[in-house]
Amino acid sequence: MSPETTAPPSPRTRDAPFADALLALGRRRDDIVVLSADLSRYTDVLPFAQAFPDRFFQCGMAEANMIGIAGGLAKRGLLPIAVTYGVFATRRAYDQVAMALCTGPSRAIVVAFLPGITTPFRATHQAIDDLALMRALPGMTVIDPLDATELAGALDAAAAHDGTVYLRGLRGAVREHVEPDGFAFELGAVRTLLDGGDVGVIGTGLGTEWALEASERLAQRGVHASVLHVPTLKPVDQAAIAAFCARFEVVTTVENHTTIGGLASVVAEALARTGAATRVEAAGVPDVWAPAGSLDHIKRELGLDPDALATRLEENR
Amino acid sequence: MTALEMDRADLARHAHGIRRRVLEMCRGRGQGYAGQGLALADLMACLHHHELRRGDDGRYRDALVISTGHSAIALFAVLGELGVYAAEELATYGMDGSRIEESPLEGLPGFEITGGSLGQGLSQAVGIALAERLAGSGNRVFCLVSDGELQEGQTWEAAMAAGHHRLEDLVVLIDNNRTQADGLTASVMGVEPVPEKFAAFGFAARRVDAHDVDALLAAFAQARATRDRPSAIVLETTLAKGVPCLEEYRNTHYIRVEDAVWARALDELEAAAP
Repeated sequence: MSPETTAPPSPRTRDAPFADALLALGRRRDDIVVLSADLSRYTDVLPFAQAFPDRFFQCGMAEANMIGIAGGLAKRGLLPIAVTYGVFATRRAYDQVAMALCTGPSRAIVVAFLPGITTPFRATHQAIDDLALMRALPGMTVIDPLDATELAGALDAAAAHDGTVYLRGLRGAVREHVEPDGFAFELGAVRTLLDGGDVGVIGTGLGTEWALEASERLAQRGVHASVLHVPTLKPVDQAAIAAFCARFEVVTTVENHTTIGGLASVVAEALARTGAATRVEAAGVPDVWAPAGSLDHIKRELGLDPDALATRLEENR
Repeated sequence: MTALEMDRADLARHAHGIRRRVLEMCRGRGQGYAGQGLALADLMACLHHHELRRGDDGRYRDALVISTGHSAIALFAVLGELGVYAAEELATYGMDGSRIEESPLEGLPGFEITGGSLGQGLSQAVGIALAERLAGSGNRVFCLVSDGELQEGQTWEAAMAAGHHRLEDLVVLIDNNRTQADGLTASVMGVEPVPEKFAAFGFAARRVDAHDVDALLAAFAQARATRDRPSAIVLETTLAKGVPCLEEYRNTHYIRVEDAVWARALDELEAAAP
């Protein structure tokens, strides 16, 4: 097939949406402080650091200490936003996130870049287990935004929330699927993005983007998908998920994460809780370390590229 | 007596009161971190009745951050003495349903952070000190860690940050009781020379006898006078200090003995009352 027939319509992108959102938040609220562990240039934090040098804390290459310092800043009523890569925020500093940020009345926001397979480095940089780890922490709110609009909105929602939030970040030129005008991110809410009714798909984060890509392919084959978007993994509207699933014998979950403990588990838990009989097929990173390479390459290797995923969805109906 | 002598006598009485509360807390279940509580009694008396400043509202404006969670017993005891916790409630130390936990979480009166997952307190003290500096409050931050805790790498990440940021209002108090869960610190994993290590991370560091009130107050005064860098005070403590029948457990991390021993311990303490 020629590229003309396979390429999806090129979506709009926004440059460094997190940088803009963080800067705007910092201008609105002087209790916002930001921490980096030697990655401010790579996590769209630099504009904030330059605009508010007093409220930016460079912690060096020491994530456990950074999370601890964030906890200390929080004890004095500030709202710390600790920004690093997902692997380091979770695997490296899990106990610190749990103890310093999740046991007390004080709270913080952890922003985790390079979610899932969005980095060419393999196990060292691909945060494929972060959602499962963070979801297990008592009281933690866990968000995997779809695009630039949701990322910016989720940051504002997290700042307004009275509790610690783990937010996956997207850097550089980030796609903008959701119209930003009038958008407000609602913690815990799910949204139906497509309602074709032939197959049921549930996505979170970039997994929803991949589900939308596959749905376009399916539409070309005359099969119309329903896509439910679940940007907040915890807390989540279990009843809304179960109601969506009830219309299908099988639903496929699509996530930029291991299929253990993330969205597939969220959906399975919602179904088990409500006693619904819908079967769940999980697309994402299976129980292996994902390969290295470009995002397109890794998606193809894992059967998450538009054509392969469309075929999987078609089979699960 | 001179004013100074009166102050010393006062601190000795407070330390005695803290020790008595520590024993009373442990007697209920016949067990607890009595060794640490007794060892830290002089420090707690000097901190709460001399060094930590109170604001206009009567609350402490200078902070004490307890990283070594199981040393909470010493803080509970001094707070009991100050009327923050009633004696009857302290007597429920470690009991089911009691908020007087052996290793409490953030938010309980007096407990700034969740200590106890060792090695994490100093980072949070650094964060509190940075917040106080940002606010321009001039408030000081004391952080209690233990010698065994120095084996946790995060302690040194935090020390590096404190030195880098020249947190002059931060004082690290190292409870050098030379004992940890598996035995003597020197045999488990040696941490000395501790003052030299902190000095290398940018601290003004010194070692003091933590049962010599004059030495403690002098070390506090030196830390107060030290500008442009944080301070570290290595406290040479003896577990169960001040109660001979329990001092024989000085190499024991956790004391569990018959009620008769606790009764004798209280008698010995009263006999030595200042």
